[in-house]
Amino acid sequence: MVERSKVRVLIAKPGLDGHDRGAKVIARAFRDAGFEVIYTGIRQTPEQIVESVIQEDVDVLGLSILSGAHMVLIPKILKLLEENGVKVNEDVLVIAGGIIPPDDAQELEKMGVAKVFGPGSPIGDIINFVDEKVAKLKKFA
Amino acid sequence: MYPVVMKMIDDLIERMRRGDKRATARLITFVENDEEKAREIIKKIYGYTGKAYIVGITGPPGAGKSTLLDKLIKEVRKEEKIVGVIAIDPTSPFTGGALLGDRIRMQKHSTDPGVFIRSMATRGSLGGLAKATNDAIKVLDAYGCDVIFVETVGVGQIEVDIVKTADTVVLTTIPGLGDDIQTIKAGLMEIADIFVVNKGDKEEADRTVFELKLMLDLEKEKWKERGWRPPIIKTVALTNRGIPELWKAIKRHKTFLEESGRIKDKRRFRAEEEVKTIISDIITGKVGKHMKREEIYSLIGKIAERELDPYSAAELIMEKTLGVKV
Ligand code: B12
Ligand SMILES: Nc1nc2c(ncn2[C@@H]2O[C@H](COP(=O)(O)OP(=O)(O)O)[C@@H](O)[C@H]2O)c(=O)[nH]1
Ligand SMILES: [Mg+2]
Repeated sequence: MVERSKVRVLIAKPGLDGHDRGAKVIARAFRDAGFEVIYTGIRQTPEQIVESVIQEDVDVLGLSILSGAHMVLIPKILKLLEENGVKVNEDVLVIAGGIIPPDDAQELEKMGVAKVFGPGSPIGDIINFVDEKVAKLKKFA
Repeated sequence: MYPVVMKMIDDLIERMRRGDKRATARLITFVENDEEKAREIIKKIYGYTGKAYIVGITGPPGAGKSTLLDKLIKEVRKEEKIVGVIAIDPTSPFTGGALLGDRIRMQKHSTDPGVFIRSMATRGSLGGLAKATNDAIKVLDAYGCDVIFVETVGVGQIEVDIVKTADTVVLTTIPGLGDDIQTIKAGLMEIADIFVVNKGDKEEADRTVFELKLMLDLEKEKWKERGWRPPIIKTVALTNRGIPELWKAIKRHKTFLEESGRIKDKRRFRAEEEVKTIISDIITGKVGKHMKREEIYSLIGKIAERELDPYSAAELIMEKTLGVKV
């Protein structure tokens, strides 16, 4: 397993909704599990999120969306990452959570999101998933 | 170090020199995570450094340092200078994790090509903070930053470290902390080149400014001798009040350091501190390589049990690992 305190996680809230409880819960959970977490706050544009991924050189990008705009925002972020040379699942692991219906989640996972975690997802599962996937990133392989 | 790794570092440095932010960010990760790579990187980029002016922003949590920085960045960007920010938050000593929240306040600058913001955790290592931070500063310097701001939480040792790192130290305080003025008296006075009383919108702000002024008045002789009396600037970071004055004060301090020649002293002092830290890190590292853990712990146990004194133990260790009598 990669030493967690050397794994950097960016938790970001794209779009216009102010539902930040989930994002904060997740950010704290990652910190308590021993990760280095950077929180961007609410109302982030895809451009701001991608620039933060680059400057902070994070290994995990966690997106929290409860506004219903996930099918617009997440594909845009994935595209911007690739355009900036950040390879999804190779350089950075992208996970998402919030209010995302199962069909949409499936669609997003096809596009490159490693996994979508809805309400009620046990924190332990999320952390285990990240541990396992991070070890496969180019930086740590 | 493997030739492939060397080549990767060379490539990253070349990309960084062309202004590539991803390469710059990766270099910072390396100097933070990997001692061996850090050495290689710093050796290679050192010739490109020394151009950036380094400003430390310190003070208690919640004083408004990040908010202040957000506004300062905007002010500096008016002069089209390239700005770097290193924002440091503590690592939890219990879990090793950290929640780095300074960036929230500065996010609007993240898409500005002339701004590079990096959050950093203290990672708890003794002295490690100073070293990783100093190395990260060098990377941003070599990248082409004209000004680098370093935000640190103003508690304990870190504050002293910032003096070793920054050209100008801005100490941020807020009204109504009561004891805080006492803390400042107790030793922080020495480190501040500029005092900021933020949250100037609060009623008691003028009193805090006044108390600080009285405190500085007590040391009139010292300021005279030094040629610089720390100015006190009242700001409201939320509304940008006082920020242009703060930036002007920083530039005035820079001019003072340059014209008085103090900047050279500062940088010599910094170089000395740095090389001392590196030497002691190398030696400590060598001990780890040449002696078994159990052997070291058994010596430490003996010291604790008063069977051996710490000087004799250190001499023994040095002889074993370096083969020199000390
Ligand atoms: C609390 C709440 C609010 C609070 C928000 C307070 C705050 N600061 O967060 C207030 C009252 C302000 C609010 C307002 C609104 N809300 Co509201 N709100 C909710 C509610 C009831 C609970 C959300 C919550 O906090 N849950 C607790 C947290 C901990 O859970 P979570 O966010 O889901 O996070 C968990 C997982 O999703 C996952 N997760 C989340 N993010 C991430 C990220 C990663 C990386 C990972 C791995 C996992 C992960 O892990 C978390 C822990 O298990 C939901 C309904 C619901 N049951 O979800 C509606 C809901 C989200 N709101 C809704 C709406 C429409 C609104 C409003 C537009 C108006 C309205 N009708 O009330 C406004 C808009 C406000 C704004 N500015 O955006 C809708 C959204 C509809 C949609 N998406 O299609 C919902 C779904 C209610 C509904 N059924 O209609 N709301
Ligand atoms: N009233 C008031 N609040 C401020 C001012 N500057 C910052 N704040 C608030 O103080 C809190 C802490 O600010 P932050 O910049 O994170 O402080 P830091 O911990 O020193 O970096 C935030 O809620 C800010 O909005 C100010 O000038 N006046
Ligand atoms: Mg801060």
